[in-house]
Formats: sequence, structure tokens, C-alpha cells
Amino acid sequence: MDRRKSIKSILLGTVAGGLAIHGCKPGEEQEALARELAKDDKYFGRTPEELEEIAKLNAEQFFNEHELQTIEVLSNLILPPNENGGPTDAGVPEFIEFMAKDIPDLQTTLRGGLMWLDHKSNTDYGTEFKSTVEESQKKILDAIAFYDPKIPMDEHPLEIQFFNLMRNLTLTGYYTSKVGIQDLGYKGNMPNIWDGVPEDVLEQHGVAYDEEWLAKCVDQSKRGVIAEWDENGNLLT
Amino acid sequence: MQIKETAVQYDAIIVGSGAGGGMSAKVLADAGLKIAVVEAGPYFDPKDPKQMTQLKWPYESPRRGAGTSRVFGEFDMAYGGWEIEGEPYTQKDDTNFWWFRSHMLGGRTNHWGRISLRFGPKDFKHKDVDGLGENWPIGYEDVKPYYDKVDKLIGVFGTNEGLPNDPDGFFLPPPKPRLHELFYIKGARKMNIPVIPSRMSMLTKKINEERGVCFYCGQCSRACQVYADFSSGSCLIFPAQKSGGQVDLYVNSVVREVTTNEEGKATGVSYINKEDRKEYKLRGKVVVLAASACSSARILLNSKSAQHPNGLGNSSNLVGKYLHDSTGSSRAGFIPGLMNRKMYNEDGVGGMHVYTPWWLDNKNLDFPRGYHIEVWGGIGMPNYGFGFNPNDFNKFFGLPTGGYGPSLRKDVKKYYGSVIGFGGRGEAIAREDNYCEIDPTTVDEFGIPVLRFKYKWSDFEKKQAKHMQQTFEELIHAMGGEPLGDTPTKEQDYGLLAPGMIIHEVGTTRMGDDPKRSVVNKFQQLHDADNVFITDAGPFVSQADKNCTWTILALSWRASDYIVDQLKKQNI
Repeated sequence: MDRRKSIKSILLGTVAGGLAIHGCKPGEEQEALARELAKDDKYFGRTPEELEEIAKLNAEQFFNEHELQTIEVLSNLILPPNENGGPTDAGVPEFIEFMAKDIPDLQTTLRGGLMWLDHKSNTDYGTEFKSTVEESQKKILDAIAFYDPKIPMDEHPLEIQFFNLMRNLTLTGYYTSKVGIQDLGYKGNMPNIWDGVPEDVLEQHGVAYDEEWLAKCVDQSKRGVIAEWDENGNLLT
Repeated sequence: MQIKETAVQYDAIIVGSGAGGGMSAKVLADAGLKIAVVEAGPYFDPKDPKQMTQLKWPYESPRRGAGTSRVFGEFDMAYGGWEIEGEPYTQKDDTNFWWFRSHMLGGRTNHWGRISLRFGPKDFKHKDVDGLGENWPIGYEDVKPYYDKVDKLIGVFGTNEGLPNDPDGFFLPPPKPRLHELFYIKGARKMNIPVIPSRMSMLTKKINEERGVCFYCGQCSRACQVYADFSSGSCLIFPAQKSGGQVDLYVNSVVREVTTNEEGKATGVSYINKEDRKEYKLRGKVVVLAASACSSARILLNSKSAQHPNGLGNSSNLVGKYLHDSTGSSRAGFIPGLMNRKMYNEDGVGGMHVYTPWWLDNKNLDFPRGYHIEVWGGIGMPNYGFGFNPNDFNKFFGLPTGGYGPSLRKDVKKYYGSVIGFGGRGEAIAREDNYCEIDPTTVDEFGIPVLRFKYKWSDFEKKQAKHMQQTFEELIHAMGGEPLGDTPTKEQDYGLLAPGMIIHEVGTTRMGDDPKRSVVNKFQQLHDADNVFITDAGPFVSQADKNCTWTILALSWRASDYIVDQLKKQNI
């Protein structure tokens, strides 16, 4: 396994039941992992303690194989793939596995809900949820997918809470992924020069800049010129 | 175990490296003094690739930015939070005080909102206006020259508006408003609420050769790798180190107490090195405490000696008293006019491009003092939580909420950027019976007695929050929107956040001319020990309806100038 791939597997939790770095004595594993991650310029500014915590969570496995497969099937029903991919491409099952360990409060609702799904499917169709035909799967979901927003979520029946949580985690997992961000069309997180709302957007939303306000704003053609003021605070440059 | 003492005697030892400590370090080092800066957390440089979170994508993290490890989301640049393992604090009676600490070089300046407001003339003498609280022993005219210098040294964008209590300054030009901010301007004007360009310390224009210019990623809370925002490390400590090499940094070093001699004067500090967990001593002619209002109070109260049996600087019994945080209440609204947005990059600077300073006359109101309004919204980068309840707003159109399938994609895009949020940040009246003190029964993992808080909001603050909520609801309606959630009730203190949650705690070592009624004098020098100074927000007599950082910086510069002067004259 090359370094980048091994880091990816560690981060995505796809190496089941342990760390990717083998052949280390106990105690050396964490250090080796920290060294690996510190070398990776794509990593995201963790402190040593935070690295340790992530490694610890990745070394645990919460969902079993069947549960993870059910999560994958369910998340793809919630958000079917389009030309920008879907939950599987976005790593949603791995993300939900990680979050269940990261926020243990989620565990019972998720695991209990998955059991509920299989129980319901077995009762109605004689098979577990993931193997049921899509039409039947949807029949089960139709009964739990809608909620009254006037009632607090924790007062809804478990299956509705479960589906709501799965929908939330699926969507957030997808839209925080590379493919999901592309699907959303978010354009930022890169160096640029903000120079106001585009004209067609102003028009679409029926607002306009007033000249007096704009006159006070930064002239981006002079952003590289060192600021100087007169004694009254008027900018000269 | 013997406590190890260094041979060198520093001209000054500065405890803490945030806004106050950073400024003291800069001024004292520039004056050629030999100084030590003692910081409880690790070294931090915003441009270190190993520590950097700026420009990272949510998918670079297995938790996609969730706030499990850092309370404001895992890309936020504060090492710490409301709770720090091994370093507890406790509450007295039914107090619910929240204490935010960030242990790292630069402290909380690495992640703060950069809202950089001067206090106005009225803010220093507000007792004269309404008879409440106490006047400062100094006035705006004393601080103005330092605000001017801070503006020029650090850089702040804004506009000169000629407002009576929101003074003009030396501003860089502000960025243009975003779409939701144009909606806000329009809505607020309908209600005769003024809106002006915000005043924040990011460089929209070059100010020197050492620091870069803002490239509009909207991530100032992650600390800027080109030093285009104000963080104490990049703007004060690093330049101080370059100005003559007279700065020794002690990181991962937790100060336990200020040491004193038979005359009651400070001789230095003792600290615990987190790496070997051993206690050390530093010697200095002057000690500058800038560990944050509550931490500095804690150090003083823990510095007991025969000369200072009640804790250092505490002959008045006022160390820890008059603790106050800004009031805060928030509300969000759904704005249909902001639905179905086209995509473009509107990250802008980190935070708001426009805001509303306090605009009303208290004669017509049932509470004293005021608040300013902060605004948020827009099509920002998705992070953990994005897409939750993707079509809750369907309820405003009589459509079903929930569901699954391809329609969810349409819902997400339809509503992306259609929420606007408001935060009111206001002034509480400082009270002697709101305080922090030493908890006699609890120590932290370094064996240092910890703080215990006693704090209660009064009706003044609650009524202010009620007014904020009414204003926000009216604003949302004026923008054609619907407020989200229910109006907070009296039982919920009208949505007034618990004290400490705005992270503007000040007042624990307040300044004054009378040693019986104050802890430091108007140069932030302890009445009880003339070689100890406090340059964080502890000396604030009152908070104002502003954020405290710009005033911390100006006052720290002023106090540090005084230290240089007094050392030269050999008065201390």
C-alpha cells in the first residue's frame, strides 16, 4: 500500500479493525501514524492529541458488515446518484461509521433504526431491508420519511427520528464531499478578489448597490498600494 | 523537588500572548527591553502547513468539520474551548458561567471575529449619563492616540461616519456588501435602523511589506497564512522577535503565581512546564499579566504571601469582582427573496461586511445601555450540518417536510443561502456580586487552585435581550421573511445567552484612582505592587456595546509605553 493510499484508508476508516501501519511494536503505531500524517501536506492541521483521537476512532469498528451495507442501500435511496455521483462516491457509509464513534449519542438511534428497518421488512416482505425489492423498500420509507415540523424531532416515533438522522447524515456527508460540493456548485474556498454581487444576481433578487455606499468601498485595483492617510483619517492611496 | 530558577533577569515578563500580551511584547521589545513571553499553550504560526486549517475542504476530515474536537468546528483555530481536560472551573450556587480559553501562541486572537470597534467618549463615562456602574478614570481623549496607532499598525477596515459614540479612525476601505447584506440594508432602512460598513481587522489593502492582503476566503476563524488578519502572533509577537532578538518565548508553560519579595514587590513568576511537569521560576523587574481577565485574576489570587495575604493586588478585595461579559442574543430568519440563488464566490472576509452600531436613545427604553447588531448569512462553504432538515422551510409554503429521492437535491439548492442571522452584542452593567474567586477545594492537573464563578444577569440585561429579539423579528419581517423558532419567553430570559458565551469577559481587575475601589491605576499598574501591570481586559471598568479587543490593544500599548517610561526613570 503506498503512503497516500494508506492515509486515505486510515482517514476513511476503510481498514477494518486496525491501523494500516503494521509491523510496529505497541506504542510505536501511534507515533508512526502521527509521522505519516505530519508528512502529508493534504492533512488538515491537527494537534498531536487530535491525531491520536482520530487514530483511536479509526481503529474501532462500530457497525458490522450487514449494517454498513444497509446504510449504503438506504443512503442511496435517500439521495440517488446523478451525474455528480451519490452517497457511495461521497464516502457516506464510512462517514456515518466515523460519526457514530465520534458522537456516541447517535449510536442507539442509528443501530436501533437499522434493526427496525429489517424487522419491518421481514414482517411485511419476508426479507431483510437491503435485499427487498426497491418498490417495497420505498413503501417502508414512505411511512417514515415525513414529519410534522411543529413537533420537536425527539417527540416523534423512533423510526421517524432514525430516518431523519439518516437523511441528515446522508445529505451532510454528500454535500461536504468533493462530488457533492461540485453538485451544489459552491465556488469558494480559494484565493480570489471579492468585488461585489454580479449584476445579473442583483437583478434576479431585486436589489441594487447605492453609489454613496460603493464610493466608500475598496478599489481593488489599488489593493497592493500601501495605505497612507492624512491626519484626519482620510485615505490618500 | 527543587524549583529551578533561571539566572537571567528580564526587564519584563509577560504572561499570555493574546491581544494584550502580544501588544506589550511588541512595545517593550521595540524599546530594546529584554523580555520573556510565557504562554500556556504550544507555539503556533498561521503559516505553518502542519497547523494550518485555512483552505482545507470538509472532506479532508473524517468528521467533515463537526465540532467534536473543537467546539466551533474542527477547522476553527482555537486550541481549547469551554472545557479543557485537566483544567476545570467550578460554579457557585446556580451560576452557569461559560469560560472559553484558547491555549496557544496568540491565544484567542487566532480565531476571533476581528470586529474591531473603538469605545466612544460616552463609554468611558457612562455613569455620568445614567448613574449606573462606574466611570473610567480615563476618557476617550486619553485612549484616542493609541487607537489611532493601533489602526495604523494592525490595519482595520471601516468608514468614517462622524458618529458621536462610534469614533472615526484610520480605516482601510471596506469590502462591498454581499447579497444578504443588501437585503439587510434595505430592511433596516425601512425601520430607520442605520447600517454602516463593518469595522474589522483584515487587510483589504496593503499596510506594510511583512503582511499579505486579504484574498477573501472567508476563513479568518482559521487564522490567515498570509497574515492578512489580526492575530497576535503574526502581527505582534513575530515582529517583536525580529525587532532586536530580545524576546524569549516560553510555550507550554502555565504560570502559577507571581513571586514577591519582603517589600511586596514582584520578583518574577513561577510556572509549570507542561512537557516535564516541573515547576520553574523566571526573574524579572516587571511582571505584565495578560493571561485573559479571568486567568490574570486567578494568578493574582493564587499569589499569596506575607505581604499580600489576600492575594497579590487584592487589598481592595476586588480582584475577580465586576466580572462581566457582553450580553448576547441571536435569531435567524428565512428570507424567500434569497431563494434559488445563482452560484458565485461570495466568501468575502471572514464575517460580516456591514453592521449596525447602537442607534437608540435609552430615554425611551426600559433598559440601560445598548447593543450592536451583527449579521450573517450567504452561500458559504458546506460543513458538517449542511443539508440537515433540507426542506423544513417547505412548511412556509404548505408543502410536506421530509421525504427522500432526487427532489432533495432541488430542495437543498432552492434554500441554499436563504437564511439570515442576527446577533445582538450589548453592554451589561458591571456588578460587584458577579465575580470569579478561587475554589478552595479544587485544583487543576498542575496543582493550581482553579476559579469558581458566581454570576447572575439582572433585569437590565434581560430586557435588553427582549428588545434584541423584537428588533430581529421586525427586521426579518421587513426583509419579507419569517423568523425561525419561537420567540424566547421570559422564562428563557428572552434568549439572553449564559454569561461567558460571548467570550468578552472583562472587569476582574478594574482600574480607578481609589485603591480601595479598584485594583489597578489608570496605567494598569497594581495599586499594591508598582512593578506589576495588567494589559488584558481585566482593567476594563465597563464593557460598552462594542467588542473589547481594539480597546485591549490600545490600552496595552498605553500601559506598555508607561512601563518603558517608568523603567527609564528607574521608578520601578
